[in-house]
Amino acid sequence: MTWALNHVEDIGGLLASHAVLAAVPLLIGLLLAIPVGWLAHQQHWLRTPLVVGTGLLYTIPSLAMFIVMPLVLGTGILDPLNVVVALSIYTVALLVRTVADGLDAVPAQALDAATAMGIGTPRRFFTVELPLAVPVIAAGLRVAAVSNVSIVSVAALLGIPQLGSLFTDGFQRNFIDPIVVGIIACLILALVFDSLIGLFSRWLTPWLRPGSAT
Amino acid sequence: MIRFTDVTKTYPNGTQAINGLSLTAPTGRITVLVGPSGCGKTTSLRMINRMIEPSTGTVQIDGRDVAELGAAQLRRGIGYVIQSGGLFPHRTVADNIATVPRLLGWSRQQIASRTAELMERVGLDHHLARRYPNQLSGGQQQRVGVARALAADPPVMLMDEPFSAVDPIVREQLQDEFLRLQSELGKTIVFVTHDIDEAIKLADQVAVMRVGGTVAQFDTPAGLLRHPADAFVADFVGRDRGFRALGFDSGITIRTTPEPTIEVGASLEQARAVAGSAAWLLVVDSDQHPLGWLEMAELSGAVQDADLRLGGTLAVQGGSLRAALDAALSAPSKRGVVVDVDGQLVGTVSAQQVLAEAERLPR
Repeated sequence: MTWALNHVEDIGGLLASHAVLAAVPLLIGLLLAIPVGWLAHQQHWLRTPLVVGTGLLYTIPSLAMFIVMPLVLGTGILDPLNVVVALSIYTVALLVRTVADGLDAVPAQALDAATAMGIGTPRRFFTVELPLAVPVIAAGLRVAAVSNVSIVSVAALLGIPQLGSLFTDGFQRNFIDPIVVGIIACLILALVFDSLIGLFSRWLTPWLRPGSAT
Repeated sequence: MIRFTDVTKTYPNGTQAINGLSLTAPTGRITVLVGPSGCGKTTSLRMINRMIEPSTGTVQIDGRDVAELGAAQLRRGIGYVIQSGGLFPHRTVADNIATVPRLLGWSRQQIASRTAELMERVGLDHHLARRYPNQLSGGQQQRVGVARALAADPPVMLMDEPFSAVDPIVREQLQDEFLRLQSELGKTIVFVTHDIDEAIKLADQVAVMRVGGTVAQFDTPAGLLRHPADAFVADFVGRDRGFRALGFDSGITIRTTPEPTIEVGASLEQARAVAGSAAWLLVVDSDQHPLGWLEMAELSGAVQDADLRLGGTLAVQGGSLRAALDAALSAPSKRGVVVDVDGQLVGTVSAQQVLAEAERLPR
């Protein structure tokens, strides 16, 4: 482990860029999945094509996706934007169904009551439907976050620096230490993302806490 | 006044939900729509606040066609209560009640004082204000639902089976409080239920609807019980309607028999002297409020609270014959206790005396 201690700064840098490359697409993907998921929830006939269609995107191998991105986007092969766009697509793939399910789970009586009190559709979406769908959406977001952390490392094969670079480095030099450190760092990062989303979701849903007389 | 004129509702698949509905819900009164499921009662209710649009015909509130009013503005002026209150699970009790005042742009202070006032009015303790709906009992949730509907003081209230998700004892309590509230507020209320007993208890007038969305009979509760328009209504109104109709024979002063009484703390000898040969003796407090019956054969010492039999109900003089009959039948002595409006003893009445009064009434 002396290797790890000698390279703390390098590892820290890789960890930071790994975190950014996983988190930014998570947010972009969520923002895109909400309107698409709403459409799937709202229009019965669109549900299957939208949910299955976006879900299929997840089956595209990540390496192929990273290689195709520069051709589609016109970016350089080393541009981190390739990773961001590719992972945003994966996040959408995972979240459209979740958002639609979350909106489906909102009690019909609460919606009827909102309509009957003269709350318009857009306002109803942001003040009633979305807040009540948070627990389901957050559960899906945790899966997507962990998935992103794992997929980002593949981008090391293209030479985009993040924790995955430790794997390519270790393999090239036939040296186990960076590989072990890379795995542990990915694991910790995934756990941190998972906990942060869990905490945030808890903060957004005070009514689900037992005995919460705030 | 809410007026339905020749309203029909036909869905694209050909289902006829409402067929030629015409009725008037008078201002300040409770109009109940009752009928089996599929009779279109909820559909009719939702036409009033435009949650459903009629295929033909018009719905008017105070002479204005609702179709010509903006949906959101119309709805903010109509209170709406549904089963379990339809509360927002993610909002506190206070925030739920404040929904419409916020939409209307009231100030923070106005909202806070209105919320507190309404909670008190519907019988909710103020410390519940910060609770979430899932931390309340079914009855409390229902009260929040009523408070929320009343928040902006709308002249019209629509209520869709508001009390059907709570147990029978709580339901009865909520119904009684609802009637008390209505006597203070005088809203124009349209109330939907499948429960004929609820309809008869609450309504100023009842529309009995049948499947297919037509009105079988539109009448007062007493009229419905005494003169069902056809076999469907007679069947729907139920079998013991003759007995239940006694509930509407009120304002009759029944001739009562004076009842000897004793107070708690009296000695065995005093009790025996008052009771004479009677098997049961009525115990009252110092203000002549009846407390319960004493069985003389069981009494072995001074009269104590623990000796009282509490089973009998009380009838108020000038109240319904049904209450008087129930008082007589439920009393262990078989003598129904009649009190005045202040709860002070007037006398007792036997079941036979009540029935004699009932037979004297025209039918």
